[in-house]
Amino acid sequence: MSTPAILQLGLFLLVLLVLAWPLSSWITRIMQGENPGPLRLLAPLEKLLYRLAGIRQDEEMGWKSYAVSLLVFNLLGVLAVYGLQRLQGVLPFNPQAMAAVTPDSSFNTAISFVTNTNWQGYGGETTMSYLTQMLGLTVQNFLSAATGAAVVIALIRGFARHSSARIGNFWVDVTRFTAYILLPLSLVFALALTQQGVIQNLLPYQTAHTVEVTHFQQPKLDAKGNPVNGKDGKPVMLDSQTQQQTLPMGPVASQEAIKMLGTNGGGFFNANSAHPYENPTPLSNFLQDLAIFLIPAALCFVFGRMVGDRRQGWAILAAMLVMFATAVVVETSAEQAGVPQLSAMGVDQQASSLQAGGNMEGKESRFGIIDTALFTVITTSASCGAVTAMHDSLTPIGGLVPTFLMQLGEVVFGGVGSGLYGMLVFAILAVFIAGLMVGRTPEYLGKKIETYEMKMTAITILVTPILVLVLTAIAVSVDAGKAGIANPGAHGFSEILYAFTSAANNNGSAFAGLSANTPFYNIMTGIAMFFGRFLMIVPILAIAGSLSAKKRLAVNSGTLPTHGPLFVVLLIGTVLLVGALNYVPALALGPVVEQLQMVSGH
Amino acid sequence: MNDRNHSNVSAAANSAASQHGKPGKGMFDPALLQPAIIDSFRKLSPRTQWRNPVMFVVYVGSILTTALWLQALAGKGEAAPGFILAIALWLWFTVLFANFAEALAEGRSKAQAASLRSAKKNVVAKKLSGPRRDAGVTIVDGHSLKKGDIVLVEAGDVIPVDGEVIDGVASVDESAITGESAPVIRESGGDFSSVTGGTRVLSDWIVVKITANPGETFLDRMIAMVEGAKRQKTPNEIALTILLVALTIVFLIVTVTLLPYSLFSVEAAKAGSPISITTLVALLVCLIPTTIGGLLSAIGVAGMSRMMGANVIATSGRAVEAAGDVDVLLLDKTGTITLGNRQASQFVPAPGVSEQQLADAAQLASLADETPEGRSIVVLAKQKFALRERELASHEATFIPFTAQTRMSGIDYDGRQIRKGAIDAIRRHIAEQGGVFPDALSKSADEVARRGSTPLLVAEGNRALGVIELKDIVKGGIKERFAELRQMGIKTIMITGDNPLTAAAIAAEAGVDDFLAEATPEAKLKLIRSHQAEGKLVAMTGDGTNDAPALAQADVAVAMNTGTQAAKEAGNMVDLDSNPTKLIEIVEIGKQMLMTRGSLTTFSIANDVAKYFAIIPAAFASTYPQLNALNVMGLNSPASAIMSAVVFNALIIVVLIPLALKGVKYHARSAAELLRGNLLIYGLGGLLLPFAGIKLIDMLLGSLGLV
Repeated sequence: MSTPAILQLGLFLLVLLVLAWPLSSWITRIMQGENPGPLRLLAPLEKLLYRLAGIRQDEEMGWKSYAVSLLVFNLLGVLAVYGLQRLQGVLPFNPQAMAAVTPDSSFNTAISFVTNTNWQGYGGETTMSYLTQMLGLTVQNFLSAATGAAVVIALIRGFARHSSARIGNFWVDVTRFTAYILLPLSLVFALALTQQGVIQNLLPYQTAHTVEVTHFQQPKLDAKGNPVNGKDGKPVMLDSQTQQQTLPMGPVASQEAIKMLGTNGGGFFNANSAHPYENPTPLSNFLQDLAIFLIPAALCFVFGRMVGDRRQGWAILAAMLVMFATAVVVETSAEQAGVPQLSAMGVDQQASSLQAGGNMEGKESRFGIIDTALFTVITTSASCGAVTAMHDSLTPIGGLVPTFLMQLGEVVFGGVGSGLYGMLVFAILAVFIAGLMVGRTPEYLGKKIETYEMKMTAITILVTPILVLVLTAIAVSVDAGKAGIANPGAHGFSEILYAFTSAANNNGSAFAGLSANTPFYNIMTGIAMFFGRFLMIVPILAIAGSLSAKKRLAVNSGTLPTHGPLFVVLLIGTVLLVGALNYVPALALGPVVEQLQMVSGH
Repeated sequence: MNDRNHSNVSAAANSAASQHGKPGKGMFDPALLQPAIIDSFRKLSPRTQWRNPVMFVVYVGSILTTALWLQALAGKGEAAPGFILAIALWLWFTVLFANFAEALAEGRSKAQAASLRSAKKNVVAKKLSGPRRDAGVTIVDGHSLKKGDIVLVEAGDVIPVDGEVIDGVASVDESAITGESAPVIRESGGDFSSVTGGTRVLSDWIVVKITANPGETFLDRMIAMVEGAKRQKTPNEIALTILLVALTIVFLIVTVTLLPYSLFSVEAAKAGSPISITTLVALLVCLIPTTIGGLLSAIGVAGMSRMMGANVIATSGRAVEAAGDVDVLLLDKTGTITLGNRQASQFVPAPGVSEQQLADAAQLASLADETPEGRSIVVLAKQKFALRERELASHEATFIPFTAQTRMSGIDYDGRQIRKGAIDAIRRHIAEQGGVFPDALSKSADEVARRGSTPLLVAEGNRALGVIELKDIVKGGIKERFAELRQMGIKTIMITGDNPLTAAAIAAEAGVDDFLAEATPEAKLKLIRSHQAEGKLVAMTGDGTNDAPALAQADVAVAMNTGTQAAKEAGNMVDLDSNPTKLIEIVEIGKQMLMTRGSLTTFSIANDVAKYFAIIPAAFASTYPQLNALNVMGLNSPASAIMSAVVFNALIIVVLIPLALKGVKYHARSAAELLRGNLLIYGLGGLLLPFAGIKLIDMLLGSLGLV
């Protein structure tokens, strides 16, 4: 890892912490029901909103009502996004006259955006109308992030409160987080992005005349605009040429801002953050890096503040930071080292003033290796899933790092809310085993971890590995699954494993090699995303409710300290061990064997 | 309670317990091994196996591989029959080893219960043929006494069973029950007629009518329960089992999905053959937490067993577990913090009286006093002024015993009337005799009280001679013990009936964190509740009926065996030794059990890393030979690698049985230090040890030419 890479990582972390700390204070006050400063003026409006919706602002919910409200709210979101896609052909803001999206793709995309996954089987600029992008996808970008935040705030309340059966009001939590945190941050960030050159308009696509004639292949479409499949099950491709280039337009900046801040990751364009209209400059790239981690980092501090012991928040954050920094080092080193076979063929992969060096395949030249490696680790640590490069073209180790980061359960910063609640479940698990080793029945933050909590913890820990492993097993066993593979051999396995890992962990990034916009993958990844999200959330809310009802026990020198370096090590160990035990055999047959094959020159 | 107050009951129980109960000794006693081995096979029934989900998976795996072996014998096997048979056998061993651990723990526990019960019979009683002292005496086993039997108890005897005095009067040392060192008078009729088994008659004699049948006492019922009842899983054990089941499910999924992955890889690489079912089962058994799964039950039984080894009977494993969590210990001053008896430490003469004069009178007054205090006065007089014990028979001497009315005792000796007693009693006595009580003496007495000691006044005739200072002697080493407890995060509170001044002095000397002076049962109950409201777990000992509410409220309540029925019913443990200091030991045993559970869980899970390194390259060697780079242990062959991992997995259970039964070493240290230590030993050790173990087994298998 080169010096500039180290400096950039250091600068990134420094700026992140400097921004996250004050934000955490703001989030804490908002989520505790305060109306600081200018918000006092908005309070009547907020009240009016609740009255119109028939919500009693001061009435808190038990965990079951909280969970039911959350599920109803999100199911309505699925229906809305599905409906918008299916009807976009007859709705306004559709200058390119995009036709209705296919049912399986609409189903997949609806779940994808509601679950904060933003897995995209489609290409944005060739599929979605502006209305669908704005009213469907962008709105869900806000709401799915707010949903995650609401869950983690409810869980934190479970730790902070005692002898209370209530964990907050879901409607109030979602409203306040969206209106007072996500909206202002997005507004500021969108303006900064437009300043850097991200577009924001409702114009029809523009046409430019190119100097060279471009030869390309495009899929043959039937009368309805759907690709025609050949006998092999793959779309029939036609040779074409053109001297015209279509420049897609759209309200990009407004969607881009929340795509990062909400750790959503669903690009306006197919190329996602590699597209110059989404992410034009190294500075905009750096800002996007920050935006992804900003709220997840701040939530760690919020946790410390709300439970009344800031060291607890620091400990969780420290565990995340250590894992993240290690991943960046490994990723950057692997990509900078390049591919030995190419060196053997006389290709210069050394970094110099003329080139970034290393493995530049699939990367944007304006970002180079260092920025791309950092972005790749950030987007897969957090459950963002935005990409600036083709992950399919990463070196085997370079591809293993993002895969494994997701397989850890998206707890290294993770998604808005979901990262922290996932990490807190690991903390409960760590405390359960380690607590026994100090000779007491386990407790975390003064709350006894008993049978009920362990049941729920077990469910949350079981859900994603089962989804990933079983769905991958199905995909590699049936023809519909194997049809999507772009590369033969172990890499084909990696592609499928990556797809389900990404979907079940609600990341949404893709290895890109896999042709996933088929009914098979749309339905299978849809299942993975839905259960990967809500089978986690419901037991976590149950834990919140159960913890909230418990007494808070006194802490003394006989209780396991959960704020020092020892606990940080323990927490990291638990996360890594659980991740490794679940996925080592699968990884061995994918990226690990690829790496060994590459090194041995196979 | 000092040793003198131990009843024969517990002394006998002690010796019996030390035969079987002392951890470590005779763990693999052949007398226990044989039935344990037989039991290991008996436990192979599916109904027993089903109760332990982790081991049930191994059980099913054993059956499956055995079937695969039979199939291979028929010539249609997926691998060499020898290999499948070896795997199947070792899987069966794994099940048997886990059964053996449980059977051994249960066997030890039963042996202890049996010896405790038999020990109780060693009390000797003088059974009377009629309700008179002069009726015929038969020496019988105390435990053979039935309700309605009549026994004679003379000075120095222990009252065998609870009963009622029907004749005679005696001073009885009930410090075992009340904690008060002063003997009490028990006589027929009225409020003072009931006597408790295990208390000791100090002087005179009584005729007691027995009121409890053998085998019906509280203790009997408890031993029967511990020995006979099906052990119920404790709350923490259930929670841990859920975690283990979850891990088992994960690994089941991991191994089951490996088959399609393997099929796909063979197709993709166009090389090798898919993974065999035998290898998958072997991998599954190696990965699921069999070490802790196989030993969990044994650890729980051993915890109860260690309690029994300390002569404490816990009514449930839950109580043992709670003992590890205790935050506050309520300790009775007398017997726990101070020696049960106060000792004379100083003579403070009244104005115009020499110290020797006072010592002389004090010694005379105490010659017939059999109480520890009385004897300590004689000893002090001898030490200070070389006053020898005088032969009372040659003089005209009448011993005046202590009574509740006069609250004095003393002697009439050659015309001298010497009395000793509490300050109020002596003041009244002197006033009655027409004497004057000197003010200076009141001051001296107050000063003594301020020091935390008890003033005992001595008078001759109508003249007050001075004060004897009876000092509460803080037990040796108790201060260090409390410092240890503080390290462990446990707060100690001394409970005493003394006034706050005295209590504060003793509390400071003993180094307790806090004290409750002039304690009443209500005050105790309130104290417990206030601590519980702060989210703390409270442990206490108690014996009197008036302790029952506090015992019922406390999270860990240890009743003295010599205590009243109500106290024992309210508590969740009974201490056969009736030793209040035991509370500290109980907490340690509770912690040790939880630590053993946690450490072995950590060890078990950490083991998996090495097993992956052994099995994964071996399982896919034919498809991806490159994976042999992961064979960091350099194992001989794929078959040997898989075999070694399975053998290690089975043997580690046997290796860890002594640890499971003995418990991991416990030191009184802060939680952070304990965690660091155990994490290093069982976490890091668990990670590294299997690498060495598997390699060693592989080398052994290789050198024996078995694979």
